Amino acid sequence: MGAKLLGARVKRMEDPALLTGRGQYVDDLKLSGMLHAAFVRSPFAHARIRKLDATRARVLPGVRAVITVADLPADLRARRIPMLVPNPAIKQPWTQLPLADDEACYAGEPVAVVVADSRYLAEDAASLLDIDYEPLPAACDCRDALKPGAPVAHAGSPDNVGAKFTVQYGNVDAAFAGAAHVVRRSLWCHRGGSHSMEGRGVVARYDAMDDRLTLWSATQSPHIIRRNLTELLGLDEEQVRVIAPPDVGGGFGPKTIFYSEEAIVGLAARRLGRPVKWIEDRREHFLSATQERDQYWDVEIALDAGGKIRGVRGSMIHDTGAFLPWGIISPYISATTVPGPYVVPNFKLEVTVALTNKVATTPVRGAGRPQAVFAMERLMDAAARETGIDAAELRARNLIPTDQMPYKVGLVFRDGKPVVYDSGDYPKCQQIALTHGKYDSFAERQRTARAQGRYLGIGIGNYVEGTGLGPFEGATVRIGPSGKIFVFTGGAPQGQGHQTTLAQLCADKFGVGIEDVQVVTGDTGKIANGVGTFASRIAVNAGSSVHLASLAVRQKALKVASHILEAAEEDLDIEGGRIVVRGVPNMSLGLAEVAKAVAGMPGFALPGGIEPGLEATEYFSPPQSAYCNGSHCVEVEVDIETGHVQILNYAVAHDCGTLINPLVVDGQVQGAVAHGVGNALFEWMKYDADAQPVTTNLAEYLLPTAPESPRIVLEHVISPSPLNPIGVKGAGEGGTIPAAAAIIAAVENALSPFGIEISDAPITPARIVELIAAARTPKQ
Amino acid sequence: MADTRSITVTVNGQPYTRTVETRLTLADFLRHELGLTGTHLGCEHGVCGACTVLVEGRTARSCLMLAVQAAGKSIVTVEGIAPSETELHPLQQAFQDNHGLQCGFCTPGMLTTLLEFLGDNPDPTEAEVREAISGNLCRCTGYQGIVDAALDAAKRMRK
Repeated sequence: MGAKLLGARVKRMEDPALLTGRGQYVDDLKLSGMLHAAFVRSPFAHARIRKLDATRARVLPGVRAVITVADLPADLRARRIPMLVPNPAIKQPWTQLPLADDEACYAGEPVAVVVADSRYLAEDAASLLDIDYEPLPAACDCRDALKPGAPVAHAGSPDNVGAKFTVQYGNVDAAFAGAAHVVRRSLWCHRGGSHSMEGRGVVARYDAMDDRLTLWSATQSPHIIRRNLTELLGLDEEQVRVIAPPDVGGGFGPKTIFYSEEAIVGLAARRLGRPVKWIEDRREHFLSATQERDQYWDVEIALDAGGKIRGVRGSMIHDTGAFLPWGIISPYISATTVPGPYVVPNFKLEVTVALTNKVATTPVRGAGRPQAVFAMERLMDAAARETGIDAAELRARNLIPTDQMPYKVGLVFRDGKPVVYDSGDYPKCQQIALTHGKYDSFAERQRTARAQGRYLGIGIGNYVEGTGLGPFEGATVRIGPSGKIFVFTGGAPQGQGHQTTLAQLCADKFGVGIEDVQVVTGDTGKIANGVGTFASRIAVNAGSSVHLASLAVRQKALKVASHILEAAEEDLDIEGGRIVVRGVPNMSLGLAEVAKAVAGMPGFALPGGIEPGLEATEYFSPPQSAYCNGSHCVEVEVDIETGHVQILNYAVAHDCGTLINPLVVDGQVQGAVAHGVGNALFEWMKYDADAQPVTTNLAEYLLPTAPESPRIVLEHVISPSPLNPIGVKGAGEGGTIPAAAAIIAAVENALSPFGIEISDAPITPARIVELIAAARTPKQ
Repeated sequence: MADTRSITVTVNGQPYTRTVETRLTLADFLRHELGLTGTHLGCEHGVCGACTVLVEGRTARSCLMLAVQAAGKSIVTVEGIAPSETELHPLQQAFQDNHGLQCGFCTPGMLTTLLEFLGDNPDPTEAEVREAISGNLCRCTGYQGIVDAALDAAKRMRK
């Protein structure tokens, strides 16, 4: 059995359908008798709902139902959406109601739904609801929200403290007491969205014959959706099937969580006895899909005279918005990501999670890590200036040496396990990034450019990321009497190419091509248990399960074949989907025949005590997260008149262990970096003082386009993870994590003649022009 | 009752006659009336470019156009690019070969935009390709695979 496909640059099986317009996204579903839903959302960030009258909407021709909180079953009215990951540090466990009752807590919170013959009619009717809102004072800026006397995000709350926790090890105060250098920075990362090109979307169909609800959702986690639907609607697992369509147009985090729209559309379909579709439009995505990144950091670093880190300490405020659907996952990941690839002997961070009247924050590509890396790398750059040590050299002195792997940081990660970096070569990664970034010759380029009135800068960002989060993602591998090989997994793709990569892992075991393996993803009707596609976890969890289940099926096929062929198992192999006897050219057996044999004949026992069916299910459960890492080195040119930043060179050294398909991994890294470019230079979800969102279309909220996105020079370093049988680590988020830190460092470096320090992300052109103007104004 | 008109539109070579509401967008007409769901809606306000189709050979945002405005016109959508059921157009093949797509949602608009662009400029530079697709948003690829695919396709199509 040779691994011909594992590690090969295999073209994706998904592509031909997508390239010819034959994809199957949720909005492409057309069911007989289907109705269309439009949600009515609060226009205020915080308001008391005094009266809601749907009379005018209900009588509009074509309207089939208007559902308000008063129309919900009594027990659902007050049933909040379950929190995905509770934590004792959470002081106010606010999660959303399916529909707002008498108080709306962010602009965009669903208040009612209209179901009509078409979306056009549903929107007509949605504008006819008469709702009497009494605006309430809103909590907007999370720093202000924590001050005494600030307006509370939820009426009746004592304050806006959602959670409080401290992450620490060592004796940080002693480390600072004797330090040769201490540098302090206040930093701010702004909110952004995921902005998958496809928004959220749900189609629900109720079948009265078997009292069963089927719900298609453009989700990252169908099993989590099913769990919440059963709980909220009072159904059991057999009554609810959730399917993530084979094609989902991007996810990046916010499609992981369960949304009230899923419950309400499901309820509407059940109540009306007809299929109901709701497709989120872009404005709704801005208003009601979760966001991330708003954090304020006050941090300081202590170093000895030689530039070795003695400790890092500080505090951080995380804006969770009005609710905590994921608990405190993002800020907790932020806190535990700070030490990163460096030897930080002492560490303490105090975190406060603030409730505000904004849509909730939950993980978006990077999940709290980009902010932590921004904080740590900004400190490293500040420390380099303070100590006079070159920024790369200072980092090199502090990177964890390879001979200390596995490296125990001293923290407990979100998986409840100690943070132990399983493998990696951080010094090598930085060196590779510097080489591709032409770091050594940069000073010369910078000097030459300056002489021409051009401003070049270079920046570095290093990170370590816990990936492949458990507890499991399973896979069933099944070969039926047709001979076709099926793989079923709970993981649901949103463009990552799971059908191809998981087929690669399976096909090798049977000596076939990926086209001979059909991978069925994200369907609760096909595999009993599942977790979801997030936290860069599918390659590690589902990949390992596919590998193990395929091996088990292979083993069984060989065992059955040895009975049929009357040959010893060790003399058998599988080539091209046929069991062959080594050295006996004409003796072989197809997988279909083996499958037929184990399907059995009525009345006859299976040979040799073999269990029925040619299939195996494995739920690989990793002992802890697998830690990937990487280094970015970026060179930019800043136009000091317009504030435009052009990325001239973008070098990445990336270590995600074994590569299943380099084509796919390269694409993940390139796309993730572009997301980081947005976080560094463009994407800023703005709210006014009343917490009213003011960037609610793609002309006001800027995503990176092709001219601003760099060509990436990428080199993989491969340190296989010892924690799973295929040695992989997650690859989906790493590219985003250090990008903003590295790009902003480069911009700051370019503007060093002005003595400008940059403490926030994104750094937009307008902000750059403002900073330069301020620096040029003589101080009074 | 909503205002309606009867229109005839030729899509991918085939004429269709339908009575439609005057407010129906061309995108919704293609997707929901004709069942040509390859054209995608990413923003419905003309920025993301996912819904781009060719109207009389020129790119148009089908989310910003009404179906009635397409009356009597000839339209090509992503379903009409490949030469046959079993073959891909060189541009489509280049997208697969260069990993120019991940989730595939922006892909229809990228293909129609590049089809027009490569017709006008068969031998573009990388910068020109990037400019040509600057009105099409992609969140997955970072554009690198798309740019490589466009340059590769230009080479193939010149042969």
